[in-house]
Amino acid sequence: MAVDADGAVTAAPGSASLDGQAGSRVETVQLLTPEGERLEHPDYPLELSADEVKGLYRDLVLVRRIDTEAIALQRQGELGIWASLLGQEAAQVGSGRALGPRDMAFPTYREHGVAWCRGLDPMKLFELFRGVSHGGWDPAEHNFHVYTIVIGAQALHATGYAMGIQRDGLVGEDGEAAIVYFGDGATSQGDVNEAFVFASVFNAPVVFFCQNNQWAISEPLERQSRVPLYQRASGFGFPGVQVDGNDVFACLAVTRKAMQAAREGQGPTFIEAFTYRMGAHTTTDDPTRYRLAAELEAWKLKDPVERVKAYLVRTGGADQAFFEAIEAEAADVGRSVRQACLAMPDPEPLAIFENVYSEPNALLAAEREQFAAYLDSFEPEEVAR
Amino acid sequence: MTVLTLSKAINHGLRKSMEADPKVLIMGEDVGKLGGVFRVTDGLQKDFGEARVVDTPLAESGIVGTAIGLALRGYRPVCEIQFDGFVFPAFDQIVSQLAKQRLRSLGRVAMPVVIRIPCGGGIGAVEHHSESPEVYFVHAAGLRVVACSGPADAYTMIQQSIACDDPVIFFEPKRRYWDKAEVDTAAALDGALPLTSARIVTEGSDATVIAYGPMVRTCVEAAVAAREDGRALEVIDLRSLSPLDIATVIASVRKTGRCVVVHEAPVTAGLGAEIAARVTQECFYHLEAPVLRVGGFSTPYPPSRLEEHFLPDLDRVLDAVDRAFAF
Repeated sequence: MAVDADGAVTAAPGSASLDGQAGSRVETVQLLTPEGERLEHPDYPLELSADEVKGLYRDLVLVRRIDTEAIALQRQGELGIWASLLGQEAAQVGSGRALGPRDMAFPTYREHGVAWCRGLDPMKLFELFRGVSHGGWDPAEHNFHVYTIVIGAQALHATGYAMGIQRDGLVGEDGEAAIVYFGDGATSQGDVNEAFVFASVFNAPVVFFCQNNQWAISEPLERQSRVPLYQRASGFGFPGVQVDGNDVFACLAVTRKAMQAAREGQGPTFIEAFTYRMGAHTTTDDPTRYRLAAELEAWKLKDPVERVKAYLVRTGGADQAFFEAIEAEAADVGRSVRQACLAMPDPEPLAIFENVYSEPNALLAAEREQFAAYLDSFEPEEVAR
Repeated sequence: MTVLTLSKAINHGLRKSMEADPKVLIMGEDVGKLGGVFRVTDGLQKDFGEARVVDTPLAESGIVGTAIGLALRGYRPVCEIQFDGFVFPAFDQIVSQLAKQRLRSLGRVAMPVVIRIPCGGGIGAVEHHSESPEVYFVHAAGLRVVACSGPADAYTMIQQSIACDDPVIFFEPKRRYWDKAEVDTAAALDGALPLTSARIVTEGSDATVIAYGPMVRTCVEAAVAAREDGRALEVIDLRSLSPLDIATVIASVRKTGRCVVVHEAPVTAGLGAEIAARVTQECFYHLEAPVLRVGGFSTPYPPSRLEEHFLPDLDRVLDAVDRAFAF
């Protein structure tokens, strides 16, 4: 695909035009420019009060702060690994804030911003990356499913869940919908394509939210697709839309509309949030081996947080005291997640045997008993080690 | 009591579960109007509608993956994989997703999903239609794996599997689909043998022969033949492959002192290997002979003109019994 890395966004108000394949024109929904200038789009009207904009800004800053703290904790050996969302805050907060309490979200392992919007305690995410659990939160409590690590597998879970909504008779007025997150790499997976087929033929109330961050670890978008990703939707028979993934307003408006359509029975929508993975794939990755610093520099100019700040300053929606208060809150959040992470105990060894089956299992019980006796055979101080 | 084929018995069991619980769904390829290629779901779509008996797109991973989503929403899907060799496109969804949702959520999520798989050979089919993939699933913690061998058990086991809050891989011996037996369709599930229990099909004191699925009938026939030689074989139908009812096996081998395990799957790292290891550990001083295995060769399933040589039959079972006595 011939989208420039620096993707000069210069088009009619509300739709950025990026050069796609020869002969195809890519329309990108944008409601807030990188300079903080508000655009209107006829299909995506968005009314936000100053307080709502400030709320989005707070979300963006706080999730970035949690992410930064997590990277530091990994560097210090407190987390085993971390998958940073740096650069993708607007895609996640915009879409996350578009969901109703009864909608269900199916994340990958990088949806920390969506988790924040769903009200999940960040410590549950840290548990996973510290190696204390594989997630372990209750999906029904926040309507936010546990993280799925196998790429794209959750697209089918969301589609099946949406088929359940249909069977519950909850499509239509006062309906519910599911949303599933995945990346550009996942669009090559069979499961994602099978999910498109199932969602399409059953007209399931599910929204496919693809964060195209340009990189699947080291593989660029060109290795996944010859066409802009959102254009694939038409082949499956449902609408696809590309949105500026660094524009929290546009992500909010586009996701709201797609979710509403799904709830009302109009079936699935594919949203491609065009964004950039500013950090490494995970803390074990070294992106300097496969991409140019110039690309990163170009995307820094399109930062999702700075443009909201610029908008708030430009419109007088917030004063310096507000920004300082948010910074102070971010510092508090950073401190508190750090403290909670350091205080997190390891599970008891015998926890290995729990939650495998719904009821006692004779073979597991025998193994557990043997292992417990083995542990007991050590001197107490050795066990305490 | 009603005389039913194995296929019809599962059909009746499915019907009973669907009547008892509106959350029970059937999903798969050709399960609706056609009633499945083996007619196991015959008539169910007509009576329960297309929302509950779903002809899915032709995508096995899609079937299991969407069943997981439906289970998250409170449904109890029963998926049909059309043939054993077609389950592999769904392997990730089964072993990495379905099996692990409970642990991943620290017990918050139940996965009451049944995956029915017609299995085994002996029907003269082309490649991928005669396989015995059970141990792949036995090896995946979080799954339960069961195999029915005849109509009466199949009728109750399918209902017990649907009622189970864990995912169950339910193997159906396709060459026994037309075997008939009496089934008590009026009996309550409460009184049935638990899904996790093995069944002693033929009692005997001289050697234990362990089988499941299609090989149970073969082994029972072998026991009848052995009786003419004055040998009383005890035939155990494992029924549950995961968890294994190893206590029933151990009690029997301690009594008989000899153990032969029979399955269609290749012997290498097959279920017989697991049973041999456990029997050796628990019955070491009771054994008169090593545990012997009779199974498919460690080759891919052969073309159908050769399958009678690949599949264990009565003579190969008796040959192993002879070797156990000759040791």
